[in-house]
Amino acid sequence: MLVKFKLNGLDVKYDIEPGEFLLDTLKEDVKSLKKGCDGSACGVCTVLLDGKPVLSCSLLTAKCDGHEITTVEGIQDVAEKVAECFGKEGADQCGYCNSAFALIIYALSKEYKNPTDEEIKRFLVGNLCRCTGYQSQFLAVKRYLGGLK
Amino acid sequence: MKQFKVVNNLTPSKHGKGLMMGRPYYTDDLAEHHSLVVKILRSPHAFARIKNIDTSEAEKLPGVECVLTHKNVPHVSFSRAGQGYPEPSPHDKFVLDEYVRYVGDEVAAVAAVSEDIANQALKLIKVEYEVLEPILNFENAVDNKVVIHPEDGIHEMFPIGFEPKRNIAASYHMNVGDVDEVFKKCDYVVEETFLTQAQAHAMLEPHASNARLDAHNRLVIYSSTQTPFHMRRILAKTLGLPVEKVRVIKPRVGGGFGGKQAFHGEMFCALVTLRTHKPSRCVYTREEVFGCSYTRHPMKITMKIGATKDGKIRAIDCHSLSDTGAYGEHALTVFMIVGSKVLPLYNKVDAVRFGGDVVYTNHVSAGAYRGYGAIQGNYALEATIDVLAEKMGVDPIKLREDNSMREKETSPIFEIMGEGTKGTAMIMESCKLPYCIKRGRELIGWDEKYPRKEVGPHKVRAVGMAIAMQGSGIPFLDMASCTIKLNDGGSYMVTVGATDIGQGSDTIISQIVAEELQTTMDKIIIYSSDTDLTPYDCGAYASSTTYVSGNAAYNAACKMREVLLEEAAKLMEVKVDDVEFDGKIFKAKGKSLSLDDLSTMRLYNNDTHQIAVTDSFHGHVSPPPFMAGYAEIEIDTETYEYKVLNYVSVVDCGTTINPGLAKGQVEGGILQGLGMAGYEEVKYTPKGKMLSNTFDTYHIPTCLTVEKLTTEFADSYEVSGPFGAKSVGEIGIDTPPAVLCNAIYNALGVRVHSLPITPEHIFEAVKAKEGK
Repeated sequence: MLVKFKLNGLDVKYDIEPGEFLLDTLKEDVKSLKKGCDGSACGVCTVLLDGKPVLSCSLLTAKCDGHEITTVEGIQDVAEKVAECFGKEGADQCGYCNSAFALIIYALSKEYKNPTDEEIKRFLVGNLCRCTGYQSQFLAVKRYLGGLK
Repeated sequence: MKQFKVVNNLTPSKHGKGLMMGRPYYTDDLAEHHSLVVKILRSPHAFARIKNIDTSEAEKLPGVECVLTHKNVPHVSFSRAGQGYPEPSPHDKFVLDEYVRYVGDEVAAVAAVSEDIANQALKLIKVEYEVLEPILNFENAVDNKVVIHPEDGIHEMFPIGFEPKRNIAASYHMNVGDVDEVFKKCDYVVEETFLTQAQAHAMLEPHASNARLDAHNRLVIYSSTQTPFHMRRILAKTLGLPVEKVRVIKPRVGGGFGGKQAFHGEMFCALVTLRTHKPSRCVYTREEVFGCSYTRHPMKITMKIGATKDGKIRAIDCHSLSDTGAYGEHALTVFMIVGSKVLPLYNKVDAVRFGGDVVYTNHVSAGAYRGYGAIQGNYALEATIDVLAEKMGVDPIKLREDNSMREKETSPIFEIMGEGTKGTAMIMESCKLPYCIKRGRELIGWDEKYPRKEVGPHKVRAVGMAIAMQGSGIPFLDMASCTIKLNDGGSYMVTVGATDIGQGSDTIISQIVAEELQTTMDKIIIYSSDTDLTPYDCGAYASSTTYVSGNAAYNAACKMREVLLEEAAKLMEVKVDDVEFDGKIFKAKGKSLSLDDLSTMRLYNNDTHQIAVTDSFHGHVSPPPFMAGYAEIEIDTETYEYKVLNYVSVVDCGTTINPGLAKGQVEGGILQGLGMAGYEEVKYTPKGKMLSNTFDTYHIPTCLTVEKLTTEFADSYEVSGPFGAKSVGEIGIDTPPAVLCNAIYNALGVRVHSLPITPEHIFEAVKAKEGK
């Protein structure tokens, strides 16, 4: 079946199998997309569907028809700034979950003006990281939301 | 504290931006488009012999290009452990075998044009098994009538106590003095037995590899590995290829923790590509990462400690049994670390004994895992020290302060126990353990909080602590090297075999080179690691990178500095001794020359040649990092649910080359250790099938696990390290099990003797105490 949607601002179309998930549809074309698990549990494959974070491993590509999908390739400026904040907090390690974090942080900044610590943590809790103690990432998020201070 | 320009500064990670922005850099990002997809058929039985395997239907399926079984692959025993040569692990594994020894063991591999077709083909392979009785309790393994490795052709590389007919993969015994005699003279003797569980690595990037043949018809393997050079050697030997026919490239690795020291799909990709002449790729599913790779070695450890009335610990006797699962990867060496990187903490004893067996079972193989025996041993030792302190009626911190390792001291254990072999005597040139203990006590607020405080109905807050040590590489075995090449424009190309697996080695090596050459990080281009292009490095394991690879980079940078001074002296027509260099400009006798000009002249104008140096390092000692860990917990006295409010780590790792990344190593280790201490557990059905093979059934810590991590570093300088540094990759993981165990005891008066310390285990301990 043919599906049309916007990918990082560009119109794209894919000829897909009906049961296909977005991660499988895009993985060869969008190199930032990573697979961490097969059970919608790790958050590594996060994309934005009309601005909201969703897991591309369990999002049917067919459901994206007519919608807007954003990967980290679509928010390069934001990702660069988030990376600077990660760098300043020593939050960089293997990086496998980083692009997903950039998307989540972007979505968080759109949804909340001044999120509390609890709200930030609730937003981040679905994105697993095995390398850090999360505290450095949390501080990096606060730094980003505070305007890179 | 010494003053540095680049070192000891929180420089952002070299690849931080590129990775955040999603640039392709991981193994599977770099697989060739339209590679054959490799899938593995796995055993449904914990122990079985393949009576017959029929692949004809699978081979007929359109799109299937290669099917591998034990009948058509080389039958050479090897170890997947990814260690140096000769390996201290037994050669007890075949690429494919007629026996399968755990649920998930490899039966066959299929390569097809798509994942769907490969998966369909797996279903078409008909296997007839002779199902055998498995051993699933490691305490029943020794001399069981069931023999897990009855086959011929397996062997040890040197004596490690390998007795496969008795289900023993390795065994070890040592003693200093007469422990039994010393115990007789002790006023206090305590003995406690602890069980530690299998823990999963759960790195976010699944095991990935791919293969292709290059224009020279050489086999090129991309692998998410911690040990590219070991992989090249082992793969070539096992498949009967000349080493020069194989190139292993390690791109970005998405977390390893020891799990990627070993082999995963590489042998299959290599064979598929060699046979089909087509590129191939293999990425493990998350179920395979959990169920078909490695875990931490589960252990049973009995710790007996004796002390006299003057407050001195006199003797330690530690006996352990370790479960290596189906294959003996790291069996001996992990086991020895239970003693060698734990017991020297209390170095003033008159006698110490350590020993036991590492046994085969029909569980997933155990392998290298951050902490590598030290976390298991530390739990047993540091929990028993608290038991002893209570029996002696002394403060547990004072007991540690009075008896633990100090600077300029040693332990006889260092000389006796090495990495599978004899060890190396060494003096602690840097050991700020007393400071770590004292500072941690302040940071947690011990004096106000110890042992417990009621903070509400059914709510108690309590504190617990433990100390730990690790090592910095393996002396006389681990070797690392570094090549530095001067580019025109005055930048440096640094190539290292050191394996950045996320811990930040590319960044800290760049900092070390930049510091010695007095330049800035933007002038350092670093590339790791590729067996064709980079010089040798043993790989990322045994907390070796900062110390061993860092020293190699330091040596190479010193050499480059000397060469540059000589080159400048020639161009400026002055004596070398007169030349001063600030990283940008050479000055002598009123003359000056920029590095930029020098580099350009040597490539284009004047006595042209490439300026490049290579140097190596191997340690004669393994200076241990030390730490004190403290936690404050809040526990519900009705449900026994508890929460870690603050975890304080005060670490002596010498100079922190990059304080941000060092902190990341410690805090990441603490959280992984708290996972092991609190709830992570690999679980099996009674028939040996893994139950915990997804992130839903095996929970790892999230950002809600700990309220606060407090991490500080002691002001310390290790003379043998690069700019005073020791390693820091593993030390963070060691203390949490003992710290939590001690905190729970201080809260409730019960000691939990098996990990993880779940509310259920606490409840059982409370019931057992009430029953007494």
